[in-house]
Amino acid sequence: MPFLNPTTYQKAAKTALENPQLRRNLGKATTAIREKRLRVVAELPDWQQLRDAGAAIKTNAMQRLPELLLQLEESVQKAGGKVHWASDAVEANQIVSSIVKSHNAKEVIKIKSITTDEIGLNDALLESGVVAIETDLAELIVQLAHDHPSHILVPAIHKNRSEIRELFLKSFNIKPEDLTDEPRALAEVARRYLRQKFLTVPVAISGANFAIAETGTVSVVESEGNGRMCLTLPKVLISIMGIEKVLPELRDLEVMLQLLPRSSTAERMNPYTSLWTGVHADDGPQEFHLVLLDNGRTKVLGDEVGRQALHCIRCSACLNVCPVYERAGGHAYGSVYPGPIGAILTPQLIGLETAHAQSLPFASSLCGACYEVCPVKINIPEILVYLRGEVVKEKTGFFNLEGAALKSMAWVFMDAKRYELAQQAARVGQIPFAKNNKISSLAGFMTGWTNSRDLPSVPKQSFRDWWRENKGKS
Amino acid sequence: MKISLFVTCLNDTLYPQTGIATVTLLERLGCEISFPFEQTCCGQMHLNSGYQTETLELVRRFLDVFEKEDAEYIVSPSGSCVAMIREYFPKVCEWAHDTALETRAKVIASKTLELSEFIVNILKLEDVGAYYPHRVTYHSSCHGLRTLGLGDAPYKLLKNVRGLELMPLENSESCCGFGGTFAIKNPETSTAMLSDKMRCILNTKANTCTGGDNSCLMHIGGGLSRMNTGVRTVHLAEILAQTEGRA
Repeated sequence: MPFLNPTTYQKAAKTALENPQLRRNLGKATTAIREKRLRVVAELPDWQQLRDAGAAIKTNAMQRLPELLLQLEESVQKAGGKVHWASDAVEANQIVSSIVKSHNAKEVIKIKSITTDEIGLNDALLESGVVAIETDLAELIVQLAHDHPSHILVPAIHKNRSEIRELFLKSFNIKPEDLTDEPRALAEVARRYLRQKFLTVPVAISGANFAIAETGTVSVVESEGNGRMCLTLPKVLISIMGIEKVLPELRDLEVMLQLLPRSSTAERMNPYTSLWTGVHADDGPQEFHLVLLDNGRTKVLGDEVGRQALHCIRCSACLNVCPVYERAGGHAYGSVYPGPIGAILTPQLIGLETAHAQSLPFASSLCGACYEVCPVKINIPEILVYLRGEVVKEKTGFFNLEGAALKSMAWVFMDAKRYELAQQAARVGQIPFAKNNKISSLAGFMTGWTNSRDLPSVPKQSFRDWWRENKGKS
Repeated sequence: MKISLFVTCLNDTLYPQTGIATVTLLERLGCEISFPFEQTCCGQMHLNSGYQTETLELVRRFLDVFEKEDAEYIVSPSGSCVAMIREYFPKVCEWAHDTALETRAKVIASKTLELSEFIVNILKLEDVGAYYPHRVTYHSSCHGLRTLGLGDAPYKLLKNVRGLELMPLENSESCCGFGGTFAIKNPETSTAMLSDKMRCILNTKANTCTGGDNSCLMHIGGGLSRMNTGVRTVHLAEILAQTEGRA
């Protein structure tokens, strides 16, 4: 599962928008979860204070990151776990592969984890002869379909149940008359397949929602209970976490576990919250490995404005409220991190050199709905605007039409006389295009506007001309 | 009360009637208005397109122009330009590590207000004596709604307009898809957002869609015009400026 699709947002969104089924699936799903979230958030009178607390905890944790990570390492080791440091995806995959191989495992079971998608772990394991089996239902669907997740929380949001039935018929050799598209029947098929894996596969791999430096406790939050199976049944457990997931103290979870479920699945509490600390004799995995992954994160931390992106707790509320995500879907972002958070996280993690990365900060109308719902108050529009500046800096050195246009407009705006002359020039320049006080067709990049929208023509008298005539010179 | 008008480059050039209505309305409400001729653009388009060097120059210029004014407030009939001044002027200076300019920006930011919030929160008026006998729906532009937190100020003003029937708009808080150069850079996504917005507007059966930002209204109006819907877009200032017997 590759981390990136090099297609720019603009191109990928165009294709996605031509798919009416996708538009319907997404519109329906995001509308439902938006309304549900509003209801459960309204139940808490101190929701805004909780958001403030969440933001403060993450800011504090990021400021003390090196110290907290060392403390986490010590706590995990004390509790009988092993800690591994991975600077990038290749290192992380090597670490995991060698642990799996040391147990002669041919299969591993996995808990839904975007971090493992980020590093392309499943493909890396396959190269070393190990099959990774996704146990989250939606992740399993995506895996069986050789597809990619399109949402942080609901990876198969782009598929409906009849599409899933077709997939299961093929993947599990089921006769059509033996399976309906009832959710219960579909879940039963997955349950039977997975139950046998839970009982036989010796190694499990998870991500982490939180890790507590104070105690060495790692936490995974989920809905299905399949994660709990992975965390308790196999002999060996490997957890891979981005270094930004560390929290100072156990009591920080009091805030985070209120913020996360309400923001993500719009539930008061999620069905399964697992917390584990090292290993315990005759109970659960007897070997525990924690892989701490950097993969670009320290670089993000070095950026005064962009570092807020590391506060993300992967709730996906920003995706569900985003009007751009709702129309274009997750695949258009070409990354395992779609939506508004992806638009600020992906380009920072991978760097702004590619056309794909450069397109992401512009995949937003800056409406601010994401910032309004973010449980840890990441000012996503601010970072988008800031990153656009970084993209433009990256692009200098070769001629581009937009840059020339905006720079000359700035030159015009820097002087009121030039500005008035430009107003007059626009009045003359529009003559070939303006009909009945409107412009319906323009050339060049402006066709992006006029293909679907008219523009008003420039009227004879500007406001300042009116003022001069009626109010005299100011 | 003495105020300075920042009309915005868009209104100055394309929507002079909005600027004229703002002047008519505020003078009727007892304000003494000055219009500094040196004003041009706040730099919002440059910032949102990533041209921070040019933005910083325009911010400095804006401060130079409006610091000379002795008005109590700077009032503007555009939510997004006011959001630019209040929210992003200080940020742009901070990003450029120019603390002196940031201090100046914060002073100007603290006295700059969008038209509807100025009337409701400063002048403490909800009934401005307007008359507008039409069925109207209100589009709450994102910057006004979220960055400025205008809340129900525009609704309070509209509810008191005689003859006006205010039609509630479904999904009123969702973006129309304008987003400045977003509409040109990502025309397909932008148009998909616009078509949903237009559907909601048409469902209200209103004949007029109003709002506090001519940039969004230019976008919505451009779509409604292309579809020949017969629904027009009119800035809130123009509705509030109109009185009985004076169309």
